[in-house]
Amino acid sequence: MIFVLEQLGRRTVRAIEEAGYLFALLVEGFFWIICGTFYKQPVRIPSVFAQMMQIGIAAIPIVFVLSFAIGVMLAIQGIHTLKAFGAESQVVVGIAFSVTREFGPLITGILIAGRSGSALAARIGTMQVNQEIDALRVMGINPVRYLIAPALLAMLIMVPTLTFFSDIAGLFGGAVFSGIELGLSFDAYANQSIEVLEVDDIMQGLIKSVVFATIIVMVGVVNGFDVKGGAEGVGRATTRSVVLAISYIVIADMIFTYFLNR
Amino acid sequence: MASTDRSPVLEVRDLVTHYGDTEILHGVNMAVHEGEIMIIMGGSGSGKSTLLRYLLGLGIPTSGNIYILGKDITHLSAMEMHDLRKNMGVAFQGGALLSSMTVGENVQLPLYEHTGLDKKTMQIMARMKLEVVNLGGFENLMPAQLSGGMIKRAAVARAIVMDPKLMFFDEPSAGLDPVVAAELDELILRLRDAMQMTIVVVTHELQSAFKIADRITVLDKGNILMTGTVDEVHASKNERIQSLLNRRPSNEEISADEYMERLTRI
Repeated sequence: MIFVLEQLGRRTVRAIEEAGYLFALLVEGFFWIICGTFYKQPVRIPSVFAQMMQIGIAAIPIVFVLSFAIGVMLAIQGIHTLKAFGAESQVVVGIAFSVTREFGPLITGILIAGRSGSALAARIGTMQVNQEIDALRVMGINPVRYLIAPALLAMLIMVPTLTFFSDIAGLFGGAVFSGIELGLSFDAYANQSIEVLEVDDIMQGLIKSVVFATIIVMVGVVNGFDVKGGAEGVGRATTRSVVLAISYIVIADMIFTYFLNR
Repeated sequence: MASTDRSPVLEVRDLVTHYGDTEILHGVNMAVHEGEIMIIMGGSGSGKSTLLRYLLGLGIPTSGNIYILGKDITHLSAMEMHDLRKNMGVAFQGGALLSSMTVGENVQLPLYEHTGLDKKTMQIMARMKLEVVNLGGFENLMPAQLSGGMIKRAAVARAIVMDPKLMFFDEPSAGLDPVVAAELDELILRLRDAMQMTIVVVTHELQSAFKIADRITVLDKGNILMTGTVDEVHASKNERIQSLLNRRPSNEEISADEYMERLTRI
């Protein structure tokens, strides 16, 4: 019993320490983004663009495929369910709200956590093992400014952008299946979607995506910096960062959904 | 060879450090003078790598002071430390080149971050430093394409690109064949003589240490046993120093339980 309590206490302390460390890194990251230029240590724009390419542009095909598939699945389920009430044409409303409020940001967040969050944790972890982080420090290059700030800025730009792209791909998927199944023209589907959707619906998804972007970067970075024990440690940190980031994203999504729909 | 009359470029006073509850350095004192090559020597677990970390400002000591170029780095603000680091160069044991950049980009990195020089000038300066370490023409290769010795030399080129006054080497000969290790020794001597650098080398390679040292500080279990010239170290009657010099195995025995206890204490 004492052992269990001891373990619980140790884990709780570690979780609080990690949360504090994460928050401190986040604040420092924003500090360099906003104030770096005043201290003659700006966040390098080419690094931000390089990260944007990796995080965003390279992820477009997979985001499109998954979001399109989600749109098709929502259409299949929606039509099947609404058929019982003879209200198949209302499927457009369901798809529009589900995609923009929930599935667009969620699928993008999960995908980027698995793709870019893990890459970030692995990259920083490998640098930590190879003393590259120490090398940056002794060269007078702040690792938070050099490594975290560009990734944070790139993620804050690209995840909402990809989420918007995911919304469109999801709606397109729904339109294709509804067209095949219900004979609904693309124009009619698009007009109906635009009619029911408000700016708030899109914004709800985009606000969530900003939070998801922050979670992905910070979880990846904290786990990367925490690497100990060579290649095995890097592997552990990468796995941990993906699992934690996805868990935090889903929980954050639930909390946001609750408060944004009250 | 440097004169010890001059003011020290690096001075350590009563340095005490801990790792968890374990005290690692027990009040270390040392001074390195301008234009001097100081070797910090000791066996495994002597605390020399820990001492180096604190000399580089990578940790906050429990107590004591470290003066570099007259400034106490244990009390400097982040911005002051940032400025001071421009006068310090470090060649890590494994090189620590950024693997995502070419050798040339690695060498240019400090210039890119700390100077407003244009790209062409930075490229020329990087090429010049690479030529100093006999790596001219290697600037477009990735670190993964270099041998161990080349990586260490490229790391030296990056460390000297800002013409630092104080240079640190962490185990420069480790893992290198004798010929390549001798080349690195020559390079260290050249840096002192041609560029008037003050150099601190952490090593346990005796042959290399005796070849390049002006003075040697021998560290053992977190204490400094002695500081002196090569001849003075050779003449020392201290048993631990003689064991180190004559490569006599340690008679210290440790039980598995005690070993595990030490590990968990850390």
